[in-house]
Amino acid sequence: MEQKELIPHLFRTEFSKITTVLSKLFGIKHIEIAEDIAGDTFLSAFETWSFKGIPENPTAWLYTVAKNKAKNYLQRNQTFREKVAPHLSYTSSPSQEIEVDLSDRNITDSQLQMLFAICHPSISAEAQIALALRILCGFGIDEIAAAFLTNKETINKRLFRAKEKLKQEKMPIEFPGEAEIDKRLEPVLRTLYLFFNEGYYSESHDAILRKDLCLEAMRLTYLLIENDRTDQPAVNALFALMCFHSSRFDARTNENGEIILYQEQDETLWNQELITRGIYFMKEAARGSEISKYHWEAGIAYWLTVKTDTKEKWEDVLQLYNRLLITEYSPIAALNRTYAFSKVYGKAAGITEAEKLNLTNNHFYYTLLGELYTGIDDTRAKINFENALSLAKTKTDKQVIQAKIDKTMGG
Amino acid sequence: MKEFILIFRHEDGHKVASPEQIQIWMQQTRDWMGGIAAQNKLVGGNGLPFDEAKVVGHNNLVTNGPFGEIKETIGGYIIVKADAIDEAVEFAKGCPVLQGEGNTVEVRKIAKGDGLH
Repeated sequence: MEQKELIPHLFRTEFSKITTVLSKLFGIKHIEIAEDIAGDTFLSAFETWSFKGIPENPTAWLYTVAKNKAKNYLQRNQTFREKVAPHLSYTSSPSQEIEVDLSDRNITDSQLQMLFAICHPSISAEAQIALALRILCGFGIDEIAAAFLTNKETINKRLFRAKEKLKQEKMPIEFPGEAEIDKRLEPVLRTLYLFFNEGYYSESHDAILRKDLCLEAMRLTYLLIENDRTDQPAVNALFALMCFHSSRFDARTNENGEIILYQEQDETLWNQELITRGIYFMKEAARGSEISKYHWEAGIAYWLTVKTDTKEKWEDVLQLYNRLLITEYSPIAALNRTYAFSKVYGKAAGITEAEKLNLTNNHFYYTLLGELYTGIDDTRAKINFENALSLAKTKTDKQVIQAKIDKTMGG
Repeated sequence: MKEFILIFRHEDGHKVASPEQIQIWMQQTRDWMGGIAAQNKLVGGNGLPFDEAKVVGHNNLVTNGPFGEIKETIGGYIIVKADAIDEAVEFAKGCPVLQGEGNTVEVRKIAKGDGLH
């Protein structure tokens, strides 16, 4: 790899590892110091490597420099030495030299523990995702801003407030106790789920960035699977769900990064390997008796990888949506359930069921009604599509709905 | 919004129907509950299996039961959110239990700590 590609690549992967291990060592209170040291390490790499060339083992080089910088920092900074160093997690006495453990094992453990610290209910979901992207995935502020379709200043503020909150709560960077794991795992999975969706449904036209977001969410979820303590059925179900959805990556955008709708996708571009992996993890998720909402969602996502229109499929999808909604309500699940209902019981029954939902500020609600009325009462179909159009916010949504209106008029 | 419990009273399905028929009822029940949940009006619910049921009476007298051939045994319940009892009754009308003659769904308001109960 050329230097100009190598450094950003290493930055992504190694910045987060160094920051996480140092934060774990110093405590959450000094997370910015950890970030500064990691940042400084890369600055040194950039200066030294452009002058002397890239070392044989760049990662090892970075770790050595990071360790030295951490030690220097501790020696230089008197307050830190007196107030923090004695409490460092793995120094037995203050006089003993500080040990920065950048082994694979400690990196993975620290990342998992940091994940638990970040996914704390006291921080908003948006801020949790931004923090995870920054600290655990090494994303730049501009990349995070692009992913959230906002500016760098907003992201900086969001990150600052979230870190302040972590400090205030004195969030320990450690594994939750055995008895607590299930309870603590729940918000972690929720964040990873939203994190993945942020990438999958992002309005950003940067297809590579969106894909990176999804892959990072998958990487963090996989960290949980790799650890015996967190390898729970719900985690496997969530991972299966992510595999099924990501199988359509290459089929769902065109060369301009615009979304290609499911019905219009070229199925030959669906990634069969990911679908097979999804099926494997769905089977893993079936161990034990615990069933989470991710089990139902993974089941639904599985059916999306099968582009048939059989009664059997829709009956199964309807049952999965029923169970999902019984577990947890969401407007989008309610709308999709009603679509499946109409596929099983016919459009007329679907309309009755849909009108009960009364989601009158949701453009998908009117789009669904428009679909159901098409062929039954085209005038009403058109009125519903027009309502949908007036509520739709994004360009893609508007285009899709306009196409439906044109089709209704033409038909 | 108030909460109401819908209590199903019916015979033990396992005594009168085939496993396949019970499967169909289960599916209908989930369609019905899914429809209520899709309106964000389902609070929860459960089936109450008839096996191993006991009745504890006065003086701690324990008997098996409470079943004979009666159709008044509680087989399950769901709790819904509704503005008024009429809306809860509309939900109850869709309950698949009512396909059986003599079966009933009892609709009762749930007392909340609102000082009125």
